[in-house]
Amino acid sequence: MKRIVPVLLLAAGLLAPAVGFADDGVTPGQFTANNVWMMLAAGLVFIMHLGFATLESGLTRAKNTTNILFKNTFIVSIGILTYALCGFNLMYPGEFNGILGFAGLGLGAGYEPGANTVAYADGGYTYWTDFLFQAMFAATAATIVSGAVAERIKLSSFMIFSTIFVGLVYTIAGSWKWGGGWLDGMGFYDFAGSTLVHSVGGWGALAGVLLLGPRLGKYGKDGRITPIPGSNMPLAAMGVFLLWLGWFGFNGGSVLSADPAAVSFVLVTTCLAASAGCMIAIAVSWRFAGKPDLSMALNGILAGLVGITAGADTVGITSAVLIGGVAGGIVVFSVMFFDHIKIDDPVGAISVHLVCGIWGTLAVGIFSTNPAHSFVTQLIGVGAYGAFTFTSAFIIFGVIKLVMGLRVSEEEEIEGLDLSEHGMHAYDLAAGAGWLEQQTASGARVGAVPATQLATSEN
Amino acid sequence: MKKIQAIIKPFKLDDAKQALAEIDVVGMTVSEVKGFGRQKGHSELYRGAEYVVDFLPKVQLEVVVPDDLVEKVTLALSEATRTGSIGDGKIFVIPVEAAVRIRTGERGDAALT
Repeated sequence: MKRIVPVLLLAAGLLAPAVGFADDGVTPGQFTANNVWMMLAAGLVFIMHLGFATLESGLTRAKNTTNILFKNTFIVSIGILTYALCGFNLMYPGEFNGILGFAGLGLGAGYEPGANTVAYADGGYTYWTDFLFQAMFAATAATIVSGAVAERIKLSSFMIFSTIFVGLVYTIAGSWKWGGGWLDGMGFYDFAGSTLVHSVGGWGALAGVLLLGPRLGKYGKDGRITPIPGSNMPLAAMGVFLLWLGWFGFNGGSVLSADPAAVSFVLVTTCLAASAGCMIAIAVSWRFAGKPDLSMALNGILAGLVGITAGADTVGITSAVLIGGVAGGIVVFSVMFFDHIKIDDPVGAISVHLVCGIWGTLAVGIFSTNPAHSFVTQLIGVGAYGAFTFTSAFIIFGVIKLVMGLRVSEEEEIEGLDLSEHGMHAYDLAAGAGWLEQQTASGARVGAVPATQLATSEN
Repeated sequence: MKKIQAIIKPFKLDDAKQALAEIDVVGMTVSEVKGFGRQKGHSELYRGAEYVVDFLPKVQLEVVVPDDLVEKVTLALSEATRTGSIGDGKIFVIPVEAAVRIRTGERGDAALT
């Protein structure tokens, strides 16, 4: 996924019409087809936010659902905005020293000649499509953190962290590979973001969880683990299916064109890995966690998807199945392991995105059909991203913790963040009023009575 | 007048209602409760960790009847809700001092029938 400086393409593009063809032999029709697919892919990646929102809501308690949804809503919005302000140009700085570069504030480059023509990216997409597709990725990385820190992080602290994380950490790290930086120069490979998106999110999640501590009552003395079951399995399952659907765009769009062979192949490896991940997770959870656990099966699907994301285009079919299957097994053990060492992750985000993201990245070094890819280079990449991202996230969370605190109070956590942070339930919104108040409200009819209260008073 | 309070297994509620109807007792109050006696709870699994649920869902059925019906009602309820396994529940008989039908103001046994 190497990005060439727009200026070079512009020059080529301006000359191309003289030859009678568009850039690289891409006809206007193909350019449109490519761009349409890329825009659709951007929309599919957006659907992943639906997936995260529903999955996280399903696997956490109902008293925190409004808070979870609020965080997810916030992240996608701040993600797109910061990406427009500075993120895109931090991640794709053009010519730079390979470690840190900046192509300027804002999206002004989109208005330059050639930015929205076939000259921009080998006829794959326009500047605007490029921005939006990548912006969706950025927001995805940030939202991974929200699941791990759920049910006890202070809202304002989280908002500050995720703004800095998606605005600066994700983007600078991303420039090292997709922006043409030093890791790209070394031959490190990450097709659609097992490292750049998923492990980055996972490292941030790990840093947060370590500084935050577990939820109240989760771990007891003598190693006792108290399960805190989710509130809504249908939402969790729907969430995972939405994420899988989103992955059609996440991986399919990372081809950066509508190339029939490449995109169709990538979609197949992606779906095979997801399926294999599910099956192995089922088998492993049945054998080692006692029963066929639905939430584990769902995590298995995600693990397979994360695992294949680094090499969906460069591994063979059997390899895709293997990679996904291994990820499915890893994730079950990882979830139980983190609980064992008292790292509380309500949705398994660290296991799915960090651990399987690392696996997927290393798997490229093992299974890739491209001889230029090596295990050692992949390992170096994993280490570099780990060092930078974890350290940055730890520092940001750490400073926030010192300055304003990271966690809600015990009473707030017990009462539920919906009430303490938002003053609003997610379900049965009128329930907070109590049935006595509802009766009085319906009797007095002073001012407008909310529809929910009206319905109850008529019983 | 006596209040007959029966704590029964939830799926036995229909049988109880029918048994009472057969002896012409038609009014009752039902609530969902949790409890346990000798019946132990059960364990559930979530993501590899086990937790025990002690309190089991039960249904509490209450009916206030004239003294001469107490024996009949208690018997009918016992037989209708018995399964033979632990956790069938208990029936308590509690004295009631007064009863009033709100609509008409009737008191005593007249309020019950």
